[in-house]
Amino acid sequence: MTNAPLVADQRPAEKACFHCGLPCGGVAIEKGGKVFCCHGCETVHDLLSQSGLAQFYDLNEHPGTRVSGAPPRERFGFLDDPTVQEQMLDFTDGRTSRVTLRVPAIHCVACVWLLENLFRLHPGIGKSTVNFTRREVAIWFSPDRIKLSELVALLASIGYEPSLTLGELDKAKPHPARRRLHLQVGVAGFAFGNIMLFSLPLYLGLDSVSAPTFRWLFGWLSLLLALPVLVYSAADYFRSAWLSFRQRVMTLDVPIAAGLVALYGQSAYEILSGTGEGYLDSLAGLVFFLLCGKIFQAKTYDRMAFDADYRAFFPLSVTRITDAGEVSVALSAICVGDRLRVRNGELIPADAKLVAGEAHIDYSFVTGEAEPVTREVGDRLYAGGRQVGGAIEIETIKPVSQSYLTSLWNHDTFAKDHRDPLNTLTNRYSRRFTLIVVSIALGALGWWWWAGNGGRGLKAFTSVLIVACPCALALAAPFTLGTALRLLGRFRVFLKNAQVVERLARVTAVVFDKTGTLTLAGAGGVQFVGAGEDLTPAERLAVHSLTSHSTHPYSVRVSEFTDDGKAPETVTDFRETPGCGIEGHVQGKRLLLGSRAWLEQRGVTMTGLDLPAGSAVHLAVAGRLRGAFVLAGSLRPGIGALVAELKPAFRLSLLSGDNEKERAQFAGVFGPDAELRFNQTPFDKLTTVSRLRKDGETVMMVGDGLNDAGALREADVGVAVVEKIGAFSPASDVIADGGRVRELGRVLRFARRAEWVVKLSFVVSALYNVVGVSIAATGLLSPVICAILMPLSSITVVTIAWGATTLAARREGLVEG
Amino acid sequence: MAVIVILILASLGLALTFLMGFIWAVRSGQYEDPQTPALRILTDDTQPAPPPLSPREFQKTTPA
Repeated sequence: MTNAPLVADQRPAEKACFHCGLPCGGVAIEKGGKVFCCHGCETVHDLLSQSGLAQFYDLNEHPGTRVSGAPPRERFGFLDDPTVQEQMLDFTDGRTSRVTLRVPAIHCVACVWLLENLFRLHPGIGKSTVNFTRREVAIWFSPDRIKLSELVALLASIGYEPSLTLGELDKAKPHPARRRLHLQVGVAGFAFGNIMLFSLPLYLGLDSVSAPTFRWLFGWLSLLLALPVLVYSAADYFRSAWLSFRQRVMTLDVPIAAGLVALYGQSAYEILSGTGEGYLDSLAGLVFFLLCGKIFQAKTYDRMAFDADYRAFFPLSVTRITDAGEVSVALSAICVGDRLRVRNGELIPADAKLVAGEAHIDYSFVTGEAEPVTREVGDRLYAGGRQVGGAIEIETIKPVSQSYLTSLWNHDTFAKDHRDPLNTLTNRYSRRFTLIVVSIALGALGWWWWAGNGGRGLKAFTSVLIVACPCALALAAPFTLGTALRLLGRFRVFLKNAQVVERLARVTAVVFDKTGTLTLAGAGGVQFVGAGEDLTPAERLAVHSLTSHSTHPYSVRVSEFTDDGKAPETVTDFRETPGCGIEGHVQGKRLLLGSRAWLEQRGVTMTGLDLPAGSAVHLAVAGRLRGAFVLAGSLRPGIGALVAELKPAFRLSLLSGDNEKERAQFAGVFGPDAELRFNQTPFDKLTTVSRLRKDGETVMMVGDGLNDAGALREADVGVAVVEKIGAFSPASDVIADGGRVRELGRVLRFARRAEWVVKLSFVVSALYNVVGVSIAATGLLSPVICAILMPLSSITVVTIAWGATTLAARREGLVEG
Repeated sequence: MAVIVILILASLGLALTFLMGFIWAVRSGQYEDPQTPALRILTDDTQPAPPPLSPREFQKTTPA
């Protein structure tokens, strides 16, 4: 596949950590016959044992999560802010409070047990209840004895750090609505069962002449039982129908509401006049099945809700500068006039004025423009920009709008002008559907009336309204694509929205960016080749301090390589030039770290270095070349297989900002047909993509989103590959976890299958509607059968959509089992 | 005749009782998480739980 060494963890599986089960490697800590992989795990084990919680380890083997150093308590300081508490706490009376936190680490029985025994760890904690499905824990605590920040820090210290992001705060607590729906179903089911009981004797021919009392009694009881169904269980349909009526739009609830009223009116007339027994069983059954469908839908959404969505990428807290120093405060607590510190790679949360520091703002988030712009002190900075370089101080001049931040990813600039035929079809169809159905129903009524059979006409009228199920049509696309989205999300490939699945299905050409996408970040495979003597510890620390300011994959690798466990020094005048390198002052010395050409351009005299193959990052200290870090071309594992898989079906290209040194290696992987381009600027990448699009290709661009934002935006599908959540470009349509790059072939195949499933569901529901409505219009179909058929059709379509999509995902190995 | 009417009313009454039971179960939150109780029962209560804070303090404040 490749001659470059892989940086994958190839240590033999030695002893597994007693706490977390990860291999211990060479640093195993032995204690009391148990082995731990790190001090974090050991500390948690000790804490749990001392608190009488050792049972945690009996419930499951290696139940813990690796805790790499307790997170600093100050990081959660913003949680003690009253405005944040107002949003976070479910309840408080000053002495006791309840908070519900989402803890993604919950995965087994032992987790549930430990989290429900939290009170043993701190006297200020009361009862705690885990909701496994939602990965949530609700904790009662006494704020006098333990602050919310301390509680969260405690959870984090035992490996259950709650996820605290904008998405968490935004979510509406769904509990009351869910309860109401359950109650509505209960009432409808109760009425349905009992009315059925009264209707059966009539169906079976209980003669009205022999038992007029029963007929009268059953009729009245049914009317009485159906009343709560109409006014309570079906209330939401009437409300929604009324709303759409006032806004003069036809929604799917209008025919349902009309059908219900018609059914009840007709039945009441028949019973009161003694001419018949009505259709109250159909009415109750219809509402019951409709609501059951709603519960099913809500459950599906529930399952989707705990999968991360892109809002999870936005920060919850920012650093505010006060007289007392820096404090971490919630985004929502920022007022106009506040002074904030924005570090490299952080977002500017609100429109602000630059107070101190050198601002290089990357507005690719807002405009898609990859090149950062330089701003002077006093200049205005707009929300959504990302600082590239050293930390800056800003003063806000506009309040923070969370919705603005969340809307950024969906900003117009990033909206692609591609049409979505499937969706437009659904929309157009749904809008006309109601009109067509109502006219058919009225037509049937008129026809039978004219033929002298008014009763049959009324039956046909209600039957058509009930049997015509727009839901099935409306559900087909969203359900299939929604399921696909959810499955991919669980696979750590996040899609911006459902339309991206459709575009993925049509991809014909794939363009890869090299750094960070095909090559791997990590400390391994890095070596330093000195021009003269080796680096001193002080220099290593200086390089580490400098590189820790940058999120470029090379910086991350060099930073890890030079990490000797010492705290980074202060860096002043930090500056990152995309595609070239980084610079800054550490301990009074000027450091330049970047490409050879860039250093030369900055006046550093180059001497010949004998460098092995790989990308070289040259280092100059105080204007003198010190050497170069060589990053071995550590291809991600599985890239060769991925390329081989894609080669027959797609037009492949590779773009790299680096020099040609690695051409031979990649030519071997990509083969002769692929287009390999080196020394590419961000703009070159963009033009390559647009040239491919002009050739009629549907292009998927895979990049790290740092210096190829423009290309990602230009492509039909832009895939941003991220190592750690937090650094992504809004120009992308897909965010993929670094480890998933090799699976892109499967993702593409899966998207094609998903599109096929949508079409299949369309055909099934269209067929059902045509057949159902034509029979119903003849007035031969009893409304009760329609009431059963209608939800059945929705369930069929939903099952097809869900089942076929899941099957496709399973076949591609996207889900286990 | 009359006995059937009584039976019908009795059956209705029984069904109503079940409905009430269902309403109580929903209101007390039993339908919100069908998964965790199934896991919770797997753990043994080897150590009796000490009363967390003052139990009344928490009961009082538990929302209905």
